[in-house]
Amino acid sequence: MRTTVALTVLSFTVALVFGTAVAAGRVSPVRPLRWAGALWVEIVRNTPLSVLMVMFFFGFTKFGVIYPAFTSAVIVLSAYTSAFVAEAVRAGINTVAGGQAEAARALGLTFGQTLREVVLPQAFRSVVGPLGGLFIALIKNSSLASLLSVVDLTEAANRLTTDTAQPVPVFLGAAGAYLLLTFPSGAVIAAIERRVAIKR
Amino acid sequence: MRRPRRLTTMVVASLSLLGLAACGSDDDPAVTPDTTGDGGNAAPQHAAGTTMAELQSAGSMTIGVKFDLPGFGLRNPTTGEVEGFDVEIGKLMAAAVFGGTADEAGEKVKFVEAISANREPFLENGQVDLVISTYTINDARKQRVGFAGPYFVARQDIMVKASDTSINSVEDLNGKNVCTVRGSTSEKNVRAQAPQANVTLFDLYSQCAEALGDGRVAAVSTDNTILAGLVQARAAQGGDPFKLVEAPFSDEPYGIGLAKGDEAFRTFLNDRLEEIFANGEWAEAFESTLGQLGLRTPEPPTVDRYSDVAAAPTTTTTAAPTASSVP
Repeated sequence: MRTTVALTVLSFTVALVFGTAVAAGRVSPVRPLRWAGALWVEIVRNTPLSVLMVMFFFGFTKFGVIYPAFTSAVIVLSAYTSAFVAEAVRAGINTVAGGQAEAARALGLTFGQTLREVVLPQAFRSVVGPLGGLFIALIKNSSLASLLSVVDLTEAANRLTTDTAQPVPVFLGAAGAYLLLTFPSGAVIAAIERRVAIKR
Repeated sequence: MRRPRRLTTMVVASLSLLGLAACGSDDDPAVTPDTTGDGGNAAPQHAAGTTMAELQSAGSMTIGVKFDLPGFGLRNPTTGEVEGFDVEIGKLMAAAVFGGTADEAGEKVKFVEAISANREPFLENGQVDLVISTYTINDARKQRVGFAGPYFVARQDIMVKASDTSINSVEDLNGKNVCTVRGSTSEKNVRAQAPQANVTLFDLYSQCAEALGDGRVAAVSTDNTILAGLVQARAAQGGDPFKLVEAPFSDEPYGIGLAKGDEAFRTFLNDRLEEIFANGEWAEAFESTLGQLGLRTPEPPTVDRYSDVAAAPTTTTTAAPTASSVP
């Protein structure tokens, strides 16, 4: 259980940071950045997470990239989630009235400053919902770390099944444990959403 | 309106063609005279209602084997066919069901991949008729499936990099990273005999071998026959060679898995196993597969005709999917 929580929290933090960076790249005036961002999102979003996990852990060793199982899982989960975060944040940025950015330029703010001080704070208020959904999805996606033999909730259930030969109760228990994580998370996210909602 | 009528005619025509084709393939093999069968296996007659009779009239059977284990079940990438000792045993069993030589009967067998964790679910669901997949017989499994055999007894051993001299027995595994396959008796034995070992579990032995080569784990432990195949595969692939520690612990009797409770089929398979032990077909199958890995042909084992144990107290018959199959 602890491992699942650790995986989720770590991966989400990294994904948030990296995903926002990718989103910023996609709306920036620098064209190579826009292309790189689009490429990242398209490739990562459209590859199954299980394939990414196994490919990174087993396949990348041929390029000399070897990380222990937990680290590899965090890397892959972060990368995967960051693509979705990037899209959500980009959508949020686009909802901020164009006049804001123009006014910022008129005041002499650079692109970076515009983003950080003006656009992103407003964008994030409308993005809390989708980001919350991604967090819950990540709780569930973390189960794929079991492919790399990381002892998270799912792998613990797998091993218990080997010992007891009773798959149904064991996996029902695992499902229950995941619900214990997702339901409260959903409630917290909804509360945050209400507090930061833009009063229109 | 003419168009709907033409469509209907086409649909009816194609359906009847399909029906005729299906009927055509039902030709009872027992009707075809076959005088070239060996050991009197020409057109066997099975008692009505038994699994053997059903399979014979269906004209095909499905056997779950490994696809990635040299010597036992390895899919040849050029021909697409699976080869190995388990496959040969499967063909020999099929010859008793359908008649004819092992190779002829083998044509009627559909071999599918049965990774360790899927063996019980496949039999419980009826997805396969038999599982011949380095399937160790033990009491826990007897609660969910039936076993004919054993047809081979392997022993569990340890594989390390050839340059590693620190691991010489199962106790040396304590405190080290050991890899084996999820859901196997190898996993249980390692946890029992080296409780302080750090066990890494994957779905496939080939993944364990890769992990050893990459240095993620210090050792791989499973049956010595499986390890011999992995050592040989590594030698062919290049890279640091592996070696067997040669400190065997635990006996691994391999059995033919079938649906629990099918006593007639189990007796049939056990009879057939004793037949091939005696008439040299078993030794032949061994030599052509495991013998090629450098293993000496041992004496055939003794069949264990145990009386069926009570089923585990679960009331459901659906099997839970393995977590690793979630996309």
